[in-house]
Amino acid sequence: MSTRDRELRFTHRHLLGIEGLYPFEITDILDRAEGYAALNRERAPVPALLEGRTVINLFFENSTRTSTSFERAAKRLGADVINMNVQTSSIKKGETLIDTASTLNAMHPDVLVVRHGDSGAVKLLSQKMNCAVLNAGDGTHEHPTQALLDALTIRRRKGNITGLTVAICGDILHSRVARSNIHLLSAMGARVRLVAPTTLLPSNMAVLGAEVFHDMREGLKDVDVVMMLRLQKERMEGTYLPSQREYFHFYGLDYDKLSVAKEDALIMHPGPMNRGVEIDSDVADDFERSAIQEQVEMGVAARMACLEVVTANFEAWRAEQGQ
Amino acid sequence: MNSKFEKATNRKVYINARLIDPASNLDIQGGVLTDGELIADFGPHLVSGDGLAQDIQVIDCEEACLAPGLIDMRVQLREPGEEHKGTLKSAGVSATSGGITSMVSLPNTTPVTDDMSVVEFVARRARKLGLTKVYPYGAITQGLKGKEMAEMGMLAESGAVAFTDGIRAVSSAKVMRKALSYARNYNLLLVQHAEEPSLADGGHMNAGELALRMGLTGIPTVAETIMVARDVRLAEDTGGRLHFAHISTAESIGIIRRAKERGVKVTCDTAPPYFSLNELAVGDYRTFAKLSPPLRGEEDRQAIIEGIKDGTIDVIASDHAPEDEDSKRLPFAQAAFGGVGLETLLPITLELYHNKHLSLLEALRKITCQPADILGLPSGRLEKGLAADLMMFNPERGWKIDADQLTSKSKNSPFDGRLTQGRCLRTVIDGRIVFEL
Repeated sequence: MSTRDRELRFTHRHLLGIEGLYPFEITDILDRAEGYAALNRERAPVPALLEGRTVINLFFENSTRTSTSFERAAKRLGADVINMNVQTSSIKKGETLIDTASTLNAMHPDVLVVRHGDSGAVKLLSQKMNCAVLNAGDGTHEHPTQALLDALTIRRRKGNITGLTVAICGDILHSRVARSNIHLLSAMGARVRLVAPTTLLPSNMAVLGAEVFHDMREGLKDVDVVMMLRLQKERMEGTYLPSQREYFHFYGLDYDKLSVAKEDALIMHPGPMNRGVEIDSDVADDFERSAIQEQVEMGVAARMACLEVVTANFEAWRAEQGQ
Repeated sequence: MNSKFEKATNRKVYINARLIDPASNLDIQGGVLTDGELIADFGPHLVSGDGLAQDIQVIDCEEACLAPGLIDMRVQLREPGEEHKGTLKSAGVSATSGGITSMVSLPNTTPVTDDMSVVEFVARRARKLGLTKVYPYGAITQGLKGKEMAEMGMLAESGAVAFTDGIRAVSSAKVMRKALSYARNYNLLLVQHAEEPSLADGGHMNAGELALRMGLTGIPTVAETIMVARDVRLAEDTGGRLHFAHISTAESIGIIRRAKERGVKVTCDTAPPYFSLNELAVGDYRTFAKLSPPLRGEEDRQAIIEGIKDGTIDVIASDHAPEDEDSKRLPFAQAAFGGVGLETLLPITLELYHNKHLSLLEALRKITCQPADILGLPSGRLEKGLAADLMMFNPERGWKIDADQLTSKSKNSPFDGRLTQGRCLRTVIDGRIVFEL
């Protein structure tokens, strides 16, 4: 199946965030990703839609899972991939983001995949780059491909997203994953609940269109999907939370707290997990209910779809410019 | 235990009493029947005790007032850690002789009550003693250091009734804001000793003319008021529940009064010295009147009384702080802060009644049902089925306070030699008479 035959409904040159996307654009990416997921699972060849194209992976923050996933996705589509490790590059020596952009432009990439620790940094780069830019996570702002792979996982397990109740639990305040997921899930017609202690979930988060809970048992009641977030170590030592054990006691996902959710509730986690902090090992490894491994698998498929659509739009834009 | 037998023989009736229940505005002639640990019945029909079963023990109150036992929401116990200044037992004996049946202990023990094991230790030890019930406060921050939050959720589960850093203020606005926010998760109450340390440190008495004349470094009233103002804003912003301990200045009262009008979830208490004494009490370098916060000027004292009258001040707490002679018989600047107060809480509070600032019921409300309601304790009122925690007193009976005669292990009372009325005559805890004068 060649996904290029489909009508392209995603309209942007960059994918910087989920906020502002139309449901049909999200569905377009998910449908394409669905096709790739099937091919990936069969280890079947996929159309080399990115053959001769250059994808640069520029990661200002350490990441293994996301950068590998992007690399795999780009290579599956036949692209030449350059991984730039910021730790050893001149960017570490004090080059500004704008200068980095000009340097990279000189290499004529087709797609730049960027992760940066500051919210908005990817958007700033996108304004300076002569290529498509894919946000692989910026600060505490957005992580669109994570939300897309989560949505793909949910859709495959549950059939659809509309009408589901999804609880996102944990360090929502500092989570770009949470923000992207809130936007995507509510755009697709799911009911989103946020569950966390008050210090990690200010009540004004409700403006994002989700219901706010501070008690796990209330928040997980009758939900279809439980999405756990990673809790950073530095947040557990008294500044946002008193301790790891107190957090696990009240907010760690174990079978006891999970018992109020729907019997077939899906358990998700963007990884990497802190076992015994936000999630009990038994739950994380539950073969029937945990979709955590599948999320990683869907990551490659979702990113292939993202690369495909932004490349297509970038090329259309170039054709228009007569370049 | 053979409960049936216990029940049959453990019934007592207190007859011929003036029954007072501030929670329900009850003030009538009557009696109280206790069955085991609980209040079984009360009312005018029990005034004579006629027609009751033979096996019920009859106690004649001789027309004295019979009221719910007092709740003291601010007590420093020196156990564990400083047993030479006071123990759970010495505080228990002292509290029962003051009519106090429940007290809440500050976390500034050694080790600090920032760990579940200390909460459980204090509660278990106090239960064994069978004297005044002890409810521990948990620490807001680990080690009372004002930096990282303590495990408030788990401490509450193990029995901490509310949270405070004790005699220290949580001075960082950021930490206080986080703590108020976090406490809201579990609907916990935070209690603040409102005193900005950068203004108070190094001071020994109220800043003003007297301090100037005495050559002592003062603690200005703004040390208290700026923190009250700050924390009111933080409580408003976070929606957290906040209680200010031992309010001592007129300006603080004004800030809290306006906050309450706006609907901020804030309450406060003061201690007897702040409405019955002023800074002149430390004249002649009397270290027994060296308190924290310091005794203030007369205008502040008057404002405290107004605050008590109009309800801005919800509670009167003893602020019991035992210090041994070695910590008090020192040059003023070197002496420890604090005074004992368990035995004098009732008679000094009753001065507000005798001086016609409050009715008897209003005065008792500040030391019974109001602290109980703020802390969520199942006591402080006459109600069938509640624990039979009672105290008896005669509001007119005179008592000259003699510090040496106090049962407290430490005798550092700022009220030595004061003529008062209304000493506690008898105290009942869980149906057992634990004190009789």
